[in-house]
Amino acid sequence: MVPSALETSQKPVRRRGRTLQQQRARLFWWMISPWIFGFLAFVLGPMIYSGYLSLTSWNLLNPPKFIGWQNYIQMAHDPLFWQSLKVTTIYSLASVPLSLAFALFLAILLNQKIQGLSIFRTILYLPSVVSGVAVAEVFMWVFQPQYGLLNSLLAYFGIHGPGWVSSPGWALPALILMSLWGVGGPMIIFLAGLQNVSPDLKEAAGLDGANHFRTFIHITLPMLTPTILFNLVLSIIGQFQTFTQAFVMTSGGPLDSTLFYVYYLFEQAFEYLNMGYAAAMAWVLFFIVLVLTLFVMVSSSKWVFYQGE
Amino acid sequence: MVNSHHARRQSDAPAAKASQFGVYVLLAMFSLIMLLPLIWMVSSSLKPGYDVFQFPPQWIPHPVEWSNYPKAMTFVPFARFFLNTFTIIFFVLIGTLVSNVMIAYAFARLESRWKTPLFYLVLATMMLPFAVTMIPQYAIFNKLGWVDTFLPLIVPSYFGSPFYIFLLRQFFMGIPRELEDAAAIDGAGVFRTIYRLILPMSWPAMVTVCIFTIQGTWNDFLGPLIYLNKENLFTMQLGLQFFVGQYTGGWNLLMAASTVILTPILVMFFFGQRFFSKGLNIGGLKG
Repeated sequence: MVPSALETSQKPVRRRGRTLQQQRARLFWWMISPWIFGFLAFVLGPMIYSGYLSLTSWNLLNPPKFIGWQNYIQMAHDPLFWQSLKVTTIYSLASVPLSLAFALFLAILLNQKIQGLSIFRTILYLPSVVSGVAVAEVFMWVFQPQYGLLNSLLAYFGIHGPGWVSSPGWALPALILMSLWGVGGPMIIFLAGLQNVSPDLKEAAGLDGANHFRTFIHITLPMLTPTILFNLVLSIIGQFQTFTQAFVMTSGGPLDSTLFYVYYLFEQAFEYLNMGYAAAMAWVLFFIVLVLTLFVMVSSSKWVFYQGE
Repeated sequence: MVNSHHARRQSDAPAAKASQFGVYVLLAMFSLIMLLPLIWMVSSSLKPGYDVFQFPPQWIPHPVEWSNYPKAMTFVPFARFFLNTFTIIFFVLIGTLVSNVMIAYAFARLESRWKTPLFYLVLATMMLPFAVTMIPQYAIFNKLGWVDTFLPLIVPSYFGSPFYIFLLRQFFMGIPRELEDAAAIDGAGVFRTIYRLILPMSWPAMVTVCIFTIQGTWNDFLGPLIYLNKENLFTMQLGLQFFVGQYTGGWNLLMAASTVILTPILVMFFFGQRFFSKGLNIGGLKG
């Protein structure tokens, strides 16, 4: 029964003059049509529109006025734009490697064969599922200079802690420290990657006399490079979008020391109503993220190792 | 979440015991560090106002000030904010499930010459920062008169989102095709096949999508911040920000409000995590 039924399904079944194949192709377009509409209406359309807006002066109330490349020229001479780029770059350069290294370290600990791991995994992962204003407020209280958690703990060791978010020199490091709290996402992805590394290979290396450290460097790490690439791209994109901390905790200060790119863009758009300028900044952000992602992807052929290649 | 089936051979037992102990100590230490901010939050939320300013800090509040919670929740109308957030989540969930199941099924099972390039396009849009399309989207929704309604936060979810398309497609592709072929021969159309066959087999993936959607909508701050200016429309996140602006008292009430906002998501993930290993196909991450 079954084989013959399968055979008939191989032959084109004609229905209303079309083959099943054609019907399914048409169905494909019908079923993805919401995405196509969404892509045009919420991604491609807005991006083209924002390309036009970036060439205008517009305060939302009056019609946009075409001013050519003026916004981009102004951006090149805007010290706050450069400050926001600097802050975001420093933050990403510190936060991305630190949090990925920390995430990998935790994942390695969680990949050991010992009892009771699931409770540790849960605890280490949970902080990354919350974000937003409440987390920002909790960390405001953690970083509070006199009675906050961090400086209270430091005081146990006789260390007089800095002002953290209220001090121009320590605000950005404080936010970098805070970003380590949310490493659960990359940690879980690293853990999945580690568990995909073939145990036979590690065992073979062990039999050849390699110790744990050498096995890790020469076997595990190369096998993990696709996972590292994935986490790296996601983290860079994520960190470049930092907003809530700047808005809730520091308002970009003190002394613009935490003036993140997206926060400055938000200020330009919704506080000063410089929509054209903000649109130009959005386009520059798009190019930065695009170039960084492409750079990581292209360079990956030099350092990413795919199993089975 | 994922368990390797391999037990490492330990010939040198004492050394292995010592290193196991070391792993425990490190894990316990880092777990404690990760939990400290949350413990600190809950502890502060139960203290009388003056007790939060104390050194050395008192970890177990005495007396326990339960009244901080009702005080914080009524100082600004959090019940209203919860209802608003709930409404948005409800409609976003429907849109997310319906649109992404349909789109992901098409990418998993149907054929078209354009399927692969389109799927790459879907993946590429996953990389697009929200800030890039924020201004023009605002301009468009503003023109439609949707500012100060929930529509800008709800409507886009009805048109698919790249991450869920990817996640569901991976899951659907793992379902044996023969089952569907059999159903197709029985004359079941695609939508009936999805409803009767695919959905019952995909519930771990569906639960995963639901949990991520609730989390994302609950945590979203920038979206509501731009589109909702009227107090009676505020979400929980905006409500807390509003609270901070209105309230000049101590940290205890603020921490009580923060606890109320963080707890539902923490609890949801705590109980939902066992679905992820089945729902997420991250083990097979390649290229």
